Amino acid sequence: MKPFGYVRVASVEEATEAFAAHPGARYLGGGTNLVDLMKLGVERPAVLVDVSRLPLDAVEELDDGSLRVGAAVRNSDLAAHPLVRDRYPVLSQALLAGASGQLRNAATTGGNLLQRTRCPYFQDTAKPCNKREPGQGCGAREGVHRDHAVLGHSEQCIATHPSDMAVALAALDARVELLDERGARSVPAAEFHRLPGDRPERDTVIRPGELITSVVLPAATAWLPSAYRKARDRASYAFALASVAVVLRVADGRVAHAGIAFGALAHRPWRAARAEEALVGGPATPDAFAHAVGLELAAARPLRDNGYKVPLARNIAVDVLTRLASAEAP
Amino acid sequence: MGSENDDGAAHDGASAPPAEQRTATTLRINAERHTLDLDHRRVLLDVLREDLDLTGAKKGCDHGQCGACTVLVDGRRVNSCLLLAVALDGCEVTTVEGLAGEGEELHPLQRAFLDRDAFQCGYCTPGQICSAVGALAEAAAGHPSHVTGPATPSGRPVPLDPDEIRERLSGNLCRCGAYPRIVEAVEDVVVP
Amino acid sequence: MAGTGTAPGATHSALGASAERREGRLKVTGGARYAAEHPRPGRAQAWPVPATVARGRVTAVDATAALRMPGVLAVLTHENAPRLAEPDDRTLLVLQDASVPHRGWFVALVVAETLETARAAAAAVRVDYAVAEHDVTLTTDHPDAYEPETVNGDFPGRREIGGPDGTPAAVHVDVGYEVTPLHNHPMEPHASTAHWDQDRLTVYSSSQGSTTVRDTLATMFETSAEHITVVSDHVGGGFGSKGTPRPDVVLAVMAARATGRPVTVSLPRRHLPAVVGHRAPTLHRVRLGAARDGRLVSLAHEVTTYTSHVREFVEQAAVSARVMYAAPHHFTTHHVVRLDVPSPSWMRAPGEAPGMYALESAMDELACELGMDPVELRAVNDPEREPDSGKPFSSRHLVDCLREGARRFNWSGRDPRPGVRAEGPLLIGTGVAAATYPVLVSPSTAEAEARPDGTFVVRVNATDIGTGARTVLAQVAADALGVTLERVRTEVGCTTLPAAPLAGGSSGTSSWGWAVHEACARLAERLADHGGSPPVDGLTARADTEGRADAESAYARHAFGAHFAEVAVDTVTGEVRVRRLLGVYAAGRILNARTARSQFVGGMTMGLGMALTETSTMDPAFGDFAESDLASYHVPVHADVPDIEAHWIDETDPHLNPMGSKGVGEIGIVGTAAAIGNAAHHATGVRFRELPLTPDKVLRGLGD
Repeated sequence: MKPFGYVRVASVEEATEAFAAHPGARYLGGGTNLVDLMKLGVERPAVLVDVSRLPLDAVEELDDGSLRVGAAVRNSDLAAHPLVRDRYPVLSQALLAGASGQLRNAATTGGNLLQRTRCPYFQDTAKPCNKREPGQGCGAREGVHRDHAVLGHSEQCIATHPSDMAVALAALDARVELLDERGARSVPAAEFHRLPGDRPERDTVIRPGELITSVVLPAATAWLPSAYRKARDRASYAFALASVAVVLRVADGRVAHAGIAFGALAHRPWRAARAEEALVGGPATPDAFAHAVGLELAAARPLRDNGYKVPLARNIAVDVLTRLASAEAP
Repeated sequence: MGSENDDGAAHDGASAPPAEQRTATTLRINAERHTLDLDHRRVLLDVLREDLDLTGAKKGCDHGQCGACTVLVDGRRVNSCLLLAVALDGCEVTTVEGLAGEGEELHPLQRAFLDRDAFQCGYCTPGQICSAVGALAEAAAGHPSHVTGPATPSGRPVPLDPDEIRERLSGNLCRCGAYPRIVEAVEDVVVP
Repeated sequence: MAGTGTAPGATHSALGASAERREGRLKVTGGARYAAEHPRPGRAQAWPVPATVARGRVTAVDATAALRMPGVLAVLTHENAPRLAEPDDRTLLVLQDASVPHRGWFVALVVAETLETARAAAAAVRVDYAVAEHDVTLTTDHPDAYEPETVNGDFPGRREIGGPDGTPAAVHVDVGYEVTPLHNHPMEPHASTAHWDQDRLTVYSSSQGSTTVRDTLATMFETSAEHITVVSDHVGGGFGSKGTPRPDVVLAVMAARATGRPVTVSLPRRHLPAVVGHRAPTLHRVRLGAARDGRLVSLAHEVTTYTSHVREFVEQAAVSARVMYAAPHHFTTHHVVRLDVPSPSWMRAPGEAPGMYALESAMDELACELGMDPVELRAVNDPEREPDSGKPFSSRHLVDCLREGARRFNWSGRDPRPGVRAEGPLLIGTGVAAATYPVLVSPSTAEAEARPDGTFVVRVNATDIGTGARTVLAQVAADALGVTLERVRTEVGCTTLPAAPLAGGSSGTSSWGWAVHEACARLAERLADHGGSPPVDGLTARADTEGRADAESAYARHAFGAHFAEVAVDTVTGEVRVRRLLGVYAAGRILNARTARSQFVGGMTMGLGMALTETSTMDPAFGDFAESDLASYHVPVHADVPDIEAHWIDETDPHLNPMGSKGVGEIGIVGTAAAIGNAAHHATGVRFRELPLTPDKVLRGLGD
């Protein structure tokens, strides 16, 4: 880990100013991923701007019924928050399916969104990785890639995004609120992360110096039946092989709303727009679910050793859809 | 209670990093106040082990993947290997050395670990115990886990059965395989 | 069931009692110090630099940037490191020449004032290589495969009894199994702290046996063993990977000599897979032929594995077949390929763990072919004598273990049909497998002292790696002395104590205990000569079991066991989870029920990991293991492990040692993976023959 400067800031304005004033700065939240990567030499900030104590640690209900989650809210607190558990169970479940109790106590909402891939080639500075060092090549494509992407990958990068939380946010139509010296903006959570294309070094659409201030959970998906399912190599404390977040409303046997997102299949949480489109207005039956999910996964391009992810993703998605639909039925 | 320690520079002058890469940081550790001039790179685990000779918190992986370094910061269990100490200025830290009462008295979890033979090599043990202390507090505060039933009311204490204990302690690896005994030890403290 | 004789020394209650661990209080309060936790004034920290090519030579090391960093004391390379005399184990010859035999081999060591500086400087050391072609891929038809003369444990590589053209079999099984590389990953990474005081060397090392560490250092640093003290007081697990010295201790001693400072080398977790040994992958072909009544007419177990170019280590995975079942034609062999891979070494039950996975899975397949209960199949093939040697067993009781396990597990109600028990999307199944592990014992010395205050001190350089050696040796002593346990103190874990062999091969307690027992028996006699109380300056007796502990036995001596598992296979995800796991063992006299049970359960837990979660992938392009950390190498966590049961039968075996004990440290892992795999077959009707049973393989097997 190379030596670095450290600045603690008390307001978001101070944070963005400090970032602008220090070339090579990075924001520090819970540090659970950033410090890990600094130890590996993957991240090499010159200065850390500590935003973990900013007054962004509240979960508050807004006038329109949406819920604003401060970027510094810890993952464990967010998962336990009664408003989240009651209104957005998929989010609480996704958070609790990730990491460990200790890590969730430290990791923040903003930091969780910005965590980086678990690709072993990315984590090893002695191996080629286009995400870490554009132009180096990709060690994973012909290498060990059982855990890698089956959707939306590029010649340059086949990494997946490791967050569970972000998958739930994508399915919930959440928005990510950002701030920099140019002002505030908000992007849909499902579009916050990018596909790698030919710029795999960019995980998200965030601009340099931009700070995540909060995540907003919309009123429209509050109280809807929702659930998260994750498949993994061991029963806990493991990253997903595939996961799915589903938000589903059924009325009169027909799908009135469907929000479906997959985790661990792509460089970003994979919002299953084709499946949702196929479902809405149609019957809420297992066959219809299987058909719709099949349409979505038809786009999959598995690599040599990760073809199992396609049936796995299909199975868990159909399972959760069916479960939610039957729970909703009288 | 507690005392004041100015632990001064953690490094001798010749080898210390330049001033812009160090910060005077105050931590309250096991009810003692320590002020240290810290290399920003130093994580809490290394402050405990290297600067303060509190070697109860163990380094198993140094990357938040094993839980051996678990301590309580402001009452919450965390992996001390991933926490930059400079960012904890003013925090209260409790390590395994700070759990027991005065004299010979052990913390109930420490006693239960002995009674149940809930360890072998002992290297993961301080982390398991600190993690269990934190997990019990979380359950009491109404924090759910991955295996908490959806019907469990939010905001209320969560009862801890063996499956809940297993899930909540899954961030603490034990290669000797003392898991069943650890679960019993925690159950002993949950259900007196 | 288990004999009627009385083991010598079995008259006092100290032996067998569930005594609490003597160091327990230190461990639960954080007071137990491990090898990296012995600070001395001026102690420096060192960080190794691993090679980043799979094969080649170091052509240049540029340490300029590293040495410019404030606080860096030295950068050792093959060009400037102290010269070492050659040890038996060439994996210890670090920084001696430019060759890179595998990726991860250490090519430099940075010594610095702090951990942070050492890490940063190690990253700043620039190493240039001349890269050579490499080959790290194991296949059964590899052109360089050869049949070794001997395999690990000094067993013959190949054995054949009878000919293939004997009695024709009514039923055949001819199947292949694969076990991936596996990593020991003790919770305490390998660490050593070394300090030279003139020509005196003190080392704290995380080792399973400090006597060997001392002797190896004496050889390599060409100094007298009397000038070296090695302390292994508390050791955070080893599972074979600390059985002999590893590079950390050599590097620490070198760095301490080069800098004149006390130095700690604590290996980063990610470095371990390449430098501390691992279980080599094994490819198995098992052929069984049986008559209709289940009796084996032929048994062939062929194993292919790899070793490194640094040293030959051959996982003896076909050897357990020579102990388990007799057949008129009995054939076992090993083939090994030297590849550009990290050196494999011991991991808990080397040979037996993967070998019995294959053999006991094949026995299950045979039982299915025969339509026979797998417990009964093993019972009809239980031999009178050890098939390979023809020696009588000193005790066996495998069938007793199977029957007792079947009773406790409620096996008799089992529906043998596979794939018929569904709970929603879950398929439920049960499986059984047998286990065996040899009784090993080595000579040891020990000393016992009677003090005028009525207490006793036992001294032996045993190592407590988590087995509870301090406690059980006190029990052995109290038993031999005929005194209460509280009056006996044990001193272990330091080379200033009487020399003793390692904690490994499930032999520690038998080896040390034998010497302790003899010393105490002798002391008791001498005490009697003194009228029962020692003189004012105490009374001491010593023992050395050389010539007796290592004497050839007329008996085949092994521990046996039976494992039963119940699993649930999720047909949605392919996730397999163990619901019940039960073991019953015949392991001689159990000296401490509490700590023995913990070891059995611990072994079974590691077997569960081998079956379901632990996998390591050799990267063909880069020559290292893709799963190099504890986030990707999946050691089982709490949530994977149900309430495991371990039981034993009372076994009295007079042909072992004065305590009548066999080892208990390793047999728990043997057979566990097969029992779980057999249960997965019973659940699904699909035979999975590659471990571990992760969702990718299971989903593929279930046909999506």
